[in-house]
Formats: sequence, structure tokens, C-alpha cells
Amino acid sequence: SSREHKLNFKKSKEVCLSYIQDAMLQKQWKRAAEFLTFYVESLEKDFSTEYMGPSEMIWRIGTEILCHHSHSSMKEFNSFIEQMKTLGVKRYLKVCLEHAFHLLCNGLIDEAYQNLSLAESWRFGEQTVLQDKEMKLIRAYRGLLDYYSWSKQKNILLEHGREGFEDLSVEQEMHSCFRKAAVNLKEIIKIPGVWDLFVKCYVDLLEFYGDHNEARQVLNEYAYNSKFPANPNAHVYLYQFLKRHGEPKKSLMSALKILHDIVPSHELMIDFNTMLQKSKKRKKRRLGLEVIFAALDYAGWKENVKAWNCLARQVKQIVISEKHLDWIKQEWNSRKDWWPAFHFSRYLAKQNWQENESLSYEKALVAGILLGRDCKYFKYISHQGCKAQMKRFRILKKFVNKHNLVYLRIS
Amino acid sequence: RDFNERCAQCSEVNWGLTDGGRFYCRSCHNVTERTREVVNTDFVSNTRIQTISKDLRKQEKNDGGCEWYVCEGFQLVLKKQAEALEALGVSPQMKDEILCNFWRLYLQKSKQAYCNRPAGETVKALSVCDSSTDVDSEPERPSLLHLLSLSESEGDLQTDCSFASSTSKISESTSVCSGSVDGSMYLMKNQKEKLRMTMPMTLSFCYMALLWLREPMTLSDLLRFVVEGHIPYLNVFQHFPEKMKLCGLDLKIFCVESWPVYEEVYNKMLELAAFLDLPRFPDITDSCFLHPDMLCMKYLMEANLPDELHNWTCRVVKKIRIGEADFLTLVPGNKSTRKVKYDVLAVAVIVVVLKLLFLLDDHYEWLLSDFAEERNKNNKEGGPYFEFKKWYKVIKCSLDVEQKKLDEERAKYLWRCEKPLFYSAQKKSKVLKRRQIVVNLQNQFGKLSGSVRPAEKPNPSSFQLSWSEENTDGSCFHGHSLKGILQEKCGLLTAMNPDYWLCTVKLCTEKLCGHLAHYREVEFPQSYHFVLRLFSFLLRIQPSYIHDEVCAIEHKLFNKKLCKKPKYNIGLRK
Repeated sequence: SSREHKLNFKKSKEVCLSYIQDAMLQKQWKRAAEFLTFYVESLEKDFSTEYMGPSEMIWRIGTEILCHHSHSSMKEFNSFIEQMKTLGVKRYLKVCLEHAFHLLCNGLIDEAYQNLSLAESWRFGEQTVLQDKEMKLIRAYRGLLDYYSWSKQKNILLEHGREGFEDLSVEQEMHSCFRKAAVNLKEIIKIPGVWDLFVKCYVDLLEFYGDHNEARQVLNEYAYNSKFPANPNAHVYLYQFLKRHGEPKKSLMSALKILHDIVPSHELMIDFNTMLQKSKKRKKRRLGLEVIFAALDYAGWKENVKAWNCLARQVKQIVISEKHLDWIKQEWNSRKDWWPAFHFSRYLAKQNWQENESLSYEKALVAGILLGRDCKYFKYISHQGCKAQMKRFRILKKFVNKHNLVYLRIS
Repeated sequence: RDFNERCAQCSEVNWGLTDGGRFYCRSCHNVTERTREVVNTDFVSNTRIQTISKDLRKQEKNDGGCEWYVCEGFQLVLKKQAEALEALGVSPQMKDEILCNFWRLYLQKSKQAYCNRPAGETVKALSVCDSSTDVDSEPERPSLLHLLSLSESEGDLQTDCSFASSTSKISESTSVCSGSVDGSMYLMKNQKEKLRMTMPMTLSFCYMALLWLREPMTLSDLLRFVVEGHIPYLNVFQHFPEKMKLCGLDLKIFCVESWPVYEEVYNKMLELAAFLDLPRFPDITDSCFLHPDMLCMKYLMEANLPDELHNWTCRVVKKIRIGEADFLTLVPGNKSTRKVKYDVLAVAVIVVVLKLLFLLDDHYEWLLSDFAEERNKNNKEGGPYFEFKKWYKVIKCSLDVEQKKLDEERAKYLWRCEKPLFYSAQKKSKVLKRRQIVVNLQNQFGKLSGSVRPAEKPNPSSFQLSWSEENTDGSCFHGHSLKGILQEKCGLLTAMNPDYWLCTVKLCTEKLCGHLAHYREVEFPQSYHFVLRLFSFLLRIQPSYIHDEVCAIEHKLFNKKLCKKPKYNIGLRK
């Protein structure tokens, strides 16, 4: 047992590391730097059996400290990172990539671009093959920066165009940026993953140069290829694209359907419901009801007037037509236990009336139909509204009174 | 002069040296092929170690290095350590006489020099770094991997391959290399019988010499000075002369990457003393520093306990007869007696006395303290009565602060030094590059550390904690009186505490499990643990060592009662 307490190199470095970690957690950067100076000699010792070796530790810890320490500068950071690059060839590209990110975060776009270009030209035997993923990322980010340049050139051109200039060199530059960007962006989005920004930029490029087919194909791939992880944004992008190009409602709705499945609380659900309500097909109108009810299940929508308006409209329409009350019944069935407390409490009635009269109007209609004219919410709001001599509230009261027995049929 | 072989021609033993450094027989002028190698002088005295080698030896190699044996390296280490000890106030006799005599004796016994057939003779096949591709054809030649793995079994040598950066990368064709002549052989042979020299063993030598001279330095002091950097140990090879190049397996021998442990150094010392067939050491009498009465006084002072406790420690020492010269003096080779660790023993006596007076069961000592406090209110003449509670507060505060400092220092140890070490010439550039990066990083982050960079070593001092009676805040308890917790009985002052609890009812067999008892903090009162922690800090050893000693003392003290059926030992614990 005397051996366990023997203080040796490895153990004292472990202890040192724990001091660094403590200091970092408490944001004591000076202290962390102090202990790091004692830790760095671990580089001179073999830790190849450890999961994470000292060179990686030092890279990560050093980066954190230099990011946060008040006296550190970009110049210091750069010189530190260059040293880190020499320390671990297996990590070279990763370090380059993160360095580029750091430069971007500090607004040094040109430097970031240079770094990425340099990294792209790196070759190191079999390591190049092993670090293929990082290389792809490096190319992708460089592509992104090319897009950014392209975008700048484009804006300049448009400016000049407005002012009546023609600028051939800018135009050529712009096209060359496009080519560079397109190649790399196209590459990266082939790999299953989440590439929202890259996709958007690539589509933007394609649309500008009129290649709508390619753009549509890219977006379809991104949204529908099962190898890619489920990504609501993919569907949003596709929807927006289709809308921009005046596609028929049918395709718009099918794009939004999946979005509804993945994210029922998405803000586009209002658009979706609006389209569905107007549809001639019964199934679609049914879906519309489902969509709007589902959206209002979420707390973020509680005070969304538009959403309540959609629901109110649809409910009203159903009640008046006296057809499909069973739809409402089905939707209400799973909600009747908790929506009253969630949306239609007396407290909320007071609050809604005070803060947002339109909101309370829409909600009152829904409450009146679903819970009857004697429910707390409706009673309070209609009373307030009539007291304030607002015409529409009087109409509302009449309407609900007329259809008072509906709630019995749907409960 | 020390070459004792008989001349081949005339069978006389009468040698002289030619200009070329070869031996010739004075009687018949027969010149031998043997050359005499003079080692760089180490000790002030006339003793020199001579090693005999075959003719192919060159004095200087191409890179300006000379050929040297491992034992020469150790000799240099010992010399440096002895000088450091002298600088700390140890008598020069240690360096000039005792240590070098011990060392000479060791070399003789281990047949490395001063004898007829020095072990270095068979070295020739492995001496120089000749890169041979057919290593495997020589069955005797050990492979690098084999040598590296061999030392796994040796606890003292650090078995890391950091210098080689990873065993898998070493190909079989790498030659077995070392800067010293016999480095590779040194590690290879099973020299258990000959007691192979190691770095921790240098400290055993030092301690042995100190003990022989009965110098006022305990082993815990010595080891603490080593850790604090007052005695060369870590990276001591920096002091080797330029010509003595270290590489390859020398690193395994001379580079340490762990601090020596008390028990190991101590046991090695005993082994060494027996190996050297030393006689009974000079007697430890009651005027010696190492005598329990003396050491108890020292530790009582350092622990800020009342001087009056010294009477009690002396009583205990006398009662169990551990103050007698026969008990305290080291007799090497005598396996029947339990060897004495003077510092641990003294500290354990104090712990036993505290238990006698205060019981330390997490209950009684506090009651007693309150009682003393009451009595203190009416106490007008003389010094204040000692209150355990007050003492505890003061000590705990200081101890926590010092422990925290020590823990931080431990996290800040630097193990590598400016002088870089390469396993082999091929590794040199990589090692230098790494070193450069390390230095750069140290500079960069050192600037960001803020102003705090006190790189000075603490001044060497025998006392780690000091308390002054001039402090008006009452934090010094030396002059306090124990009357507050004693009572008069038949004209004598005895402890009010009638009880005692044994740390263990039965002692373990030390030979089997290495300990007399097995200490687990949770099984004992916190006050007891606190006291152990205090002395454990002062001695820089584990609390369990002190606990063992406490058990041993208790068993001696209560021997009679233990033999009988225990009647009144309340709260027996294991």
C-alpha cells in the first residue's frame, strides 16, 4: 500500500490537471494559466496509453485560457495554435479547423480563409486519408467563405448596376467565387448530416444562376433522403423554395405535412392551416383542424392571436354548417381534461382581457363553443366585452347562445 | 596499488604504471595489456576506484565523452548529497569518512571494485554503441524490450518508456545502448544477492551514515529536504561532468520520476546494513537527538502542545523501556528485534499520551476541555490551563493552510530539467524539439499567470510549524499547564481520564502482511484521526504508519492487562 501513495510524475500531473480544471470552472484564468505552466512538461513524457494525451489537453485548455484571459491577444493565440499544430499530426486538420472557427468568431475572415486554404493543401501520407472527414469540412467551410465573397461581389455589382456602372472585373471575380463555392458546397451536402447553412447558400447560388432544377433536386434530397437525419429546417427550406417559385398548393402542402409531423409547433403551421382550411378536399380540412389544435397544445402559442383566429374560424365554420361536429369531438376528446385549465381559466380570462382584447375575443369564441356559455372564460370575456359596449362581443354572445348545446354533443 | 593480480611471469604482486597507463610488473618488467582507468575524483580522501578493462578502451570517444561505469555515477551522486548535507550542518566527518567508507565497503561486497575479479570485466561485449544488425544471432545479448520490461519488477526504477516514446516503436535492430559502460548489464542480471544500487538507495546510504554519526536528522527530515530540493536527487545527473554522457538505459538507472517513500528507504537501509556486515551501530543514549525523550520534545513543540506533556512522554518511554540503548540502537542483521523508526516512535508516544490524558473518543476530550475552561476562569496565578478545544482550533486552522500549500506544491512539481535526456541519438532531435515547445509554452502561460512566481525553495528548517510565546493572541500553548485536566490523588497529579481504548486488540504479524494493524479512518474517532493527520503531515508519511507504532506501544504498555482478561478497557476497538 505504500506504493499507492508514491508521488510520481503521472500522479502529480493528474493532480495538476485537477487544479487547472477547478480554476477554469471558477473562471480564474490567471490561476489556470499558472498551473498549466507546470503541466506542460507532460509533453516530454509518454502518455500513449491514456485516452486523451497531454498534447490534446494542452491544446484545449490553452485555447480556453487564451480565449478568456484578459491579457491575451489574437497574436498570442495564433502563435499558440501554430505550436499546437506541430504537436500532433493526427490532430492537425482538426486544430486547423478550430483555429479557423476562432478566427471567424473574431471577425478575421481573411485570415480564416488563408488558414483553410493552407490546411487544404496539407498532405501527410496515410494521415491525409485518415483525416478525410476533417479535410471535407475544411473544404466545405472554405466554400462557405467563397460564397460570402461571392455575395459581397454580387452586392457591389447590384450597386454599380443601379448607378449605371458596369464592372467587368468584379463580375469575373464573382463568377470565380461562385465556381469555387459551388464545388465545395455541393460536395459536403452529399454526406448525410445537418448542413443547413451550406444548403441555403448553395441553393442561393443556384437560384441566382437560374439552375432551378438543380436547386429543387438538392432540396428534395436534403428533405427526403432517409439517410439524412430528420431535420425540420430541410422542409422549411423546401417549402420556401416552392413558394418562391409559385408551385401549386398541393406540393406546398405536402412539404408542410412532414413538418407538422416533426414539429407540430412550428410557426408555419398557421400557413399550413390556412391553406388546408380553404381546401376543397374534406381530408385536407380535417387535417387543418388537427394541425391547429396540435399547435395550440404548446405553451409558446398560448397568446398567438392568429392561431386562435384560425381555430375560431374553423370551429365557427363547422358549427354553422352543422357538419363534421365529430371532427371537433375527436380533437377535443384528448384535450378536454387539460385545455380548460391551460387556456380557459378565469385568471387567464382576466389577463387576456387586460392585455390583448383581440386574443380574448378569439379565445372566447372557442371556449364558448367547446365548453358552453356558462364556462368561466366565456362568461367573463363576454361580460366585459358587452359592458364595454363592443359590437362584436355582442354578436359573439349571440352566436354562442345560439349554438349553446354544441358543447354537450362534443364532450 | 590496488591491483592484486599476480604477475603472469614472476607471480609477484608489485605493479607500477607505464606512461601509456598500462600496468607493468616492477619485478620483472612484464607489461600487461591491462590499463588502469582513473575515474574522476569524487571524494576528498585518497581513495579512488579503479576498474580494470580490456585493451580496446579509448580514453576519449568521438563526441567528447569518456567511458564510465554506473557505480562511478552513483559515487558522484553520493558525493553531491554528502556535500549538500554538510551545507545543512551535518558534520564533515560524514562526507569525508563515514559515507565513503560505507561506499567502498559496498563496492567491495558487490564485487564492483576493490577485489580480485571485478564484475565489470565481462562487460566488453556490450559496452559501446555499436550498431549491429544481427543482434539476434547473439543469444546472450538482451533485446531492448527485454531490458525495459525487466525493470518492471523493480519497484524503485521507473519503468516508463517515455524516453523511448513507446516500446512498440523500438525495432529489434536498435542496439542496446547506454552511455555508461555497464548500463545495460546493470539492469539485466539478477543482482538481488549483490544488492544492486538504485537512486532511492543513495538516500539509504545517506541515512545510514547519519545514523552512524547520530546526527540530529531523522529520516523524515532527510526525505523532506530531498523533496524540498536541498539535497540533490531529482535530476541529479545534471551535476555529472560533461564527459559522462547519459543515454539509453542509464536513464532508467539515474532518472527518477517519483519521490522516495519512507518505508522503502528505511527497509533498504536495513538491508544494506546487513549486506555490509556492519557491526552494532553507535549507541543511542538519552543525550542523543534521536532518543525518544529528545524527539518527543521537538515534536511537542512543533505540535504546539504544552511542555508539561514531556513529563508524560518520558514516563511512557520509561515504562515500556523504549529509552534503553539496547532497544534503540541498530544491530544490523539481527532479525529478531523490531527495528526502530525514531521519528515515528516519538510521534506515536505523543499520540498515546494524548489518548491517556484526553481519551480522544470524540466525546471526553471536549468535556474535559469545557471543564478546563471553567477552571480557567478562576485561575488567576500561573499560566492558563490547557484547553483542548482552543488548541484544536488553532492547529486545525494552521494545518489546513499548510496542507493546502503542500498539495498545491505537489501539483506544481517539475520533473524535467534543462538538461535533456535522449534514449538514443535518433531520438535526440525529437526530444530537443519537444523541450523547446515546452519552454515556449511555459513562457507564454507564465506571463499570463500574473505576478505570482516565487521559484525559491523554502529555507531548510527542522521545524515546519513554529509557535512563539510572544504572540499575544494566545495561539502558543507551550507554556500552558495541564493542571486543568489533572487531579490530585495521594499527593500526585494523575489524569482525570480513567479510561483508555486500544487501537487494536490483536496485533497482526508484521512479517506476513507488512503491518501491525490496518488503519481505516472511518473506524476511529475523528479526534484520533486529527492527531494522526497532524503528525502525518509533519513527518510526510501515511497516518497508518503512525497508527502501527501506536498499536505497538499500546501493547507494550498494557501488556499485563492484555494477558489477563481485560476488565476495564471500555470501548475496545479493532
